[in-house]
Amino acid sequence: MTGEGIPDEIIDARVEKIRKDAEDGGYLLNPDPDFVRALVAGICINEQRYGYAACPCRLASGNREEDLDIICPCDYRDSDLNDYGACYCALYVSAGVAAGTIKAPCVPERRPGRQERKKMSENNSANVSRKELIPVWRCRVCGYLCARENPPLICPICKASQDRFVRFM
Amino acid sequence: MQMEHVKGRRRGEIILYALSTCGWCAKTKNLLGELGVEYSYTYVDRLSPAEMEDAIREVEKYNPSGSFPTLVIDGSRVIVGFREAEIREALK
Repeated sequence: MTGEGIPDEIIDARVEKIRKDAEDGGYLLNPDPDFVRALVAGICINEQRYGYAACPCRLASGNREEDLDIICPCDYRDSDLNDYGACYCALYVSAGVAAGTIKAPCVPERRPGRQERKKMSENNSANVSRKELIPVWRCRVCGYLCARENPPLICPICKASQDRFVRFM
Repeated sequence: MQMEHVKGRRRGEIILYALSTCGWCAKTKNLLGELGVEYSYTYVDRLSPAEMEDAIREVEKYNPSGSFPTLVIDGSRVIVGFREAEIREALK
């Protein structure tokens, strides 16, 4: 995988930014630096091609609105981290994978297929009612609240572990 | 559709639908290279819009989620994602 005309220093700078943002938020990147760099090169290529940083492991449509869910970090990252220990690309991984004690798994595609997405966008009312079902989690250490299927693996504010969260609502 | 052919040991008609930007697609392609099998591949993200649409429809036929990599062996066996053990087993 090459940078498709993107200068090395641009890719390197992007890797560093993504790594810093990840660490600041309590996320970890894949322990293989070449793998990370290749994925980040893919993100830079997609940004150049489409005008937004679409997931390098998914085919972007070129229409930002259709692809909001797959702009990296994607809507599915945290659910995949929670369920599989890695995001779909394995750019973001769990502590076990980051430490090299667990191999990055093959994560099945969670994003609905094209036909299904089309149906979902035509039927927006279903999404509105779903919002009310999303639980709210509270970090017992710092009080951080978040509305999502599961608490984050690491609290982005105080870095407490997932098991320190309790259901708030 | 534009396909690149890689020569090697004949283990049936092997087609890899991949993205040029995807890490798992690269790993799958490397594995096929390591196994030394003959195969064809296409980087769907690099196709022209018309060819891309054809390729997406073809991938969806084998793999309704339309995800990559999708590996098709003899038009019947389909392996979605970099499932290393499964690919090794199918092409040994």
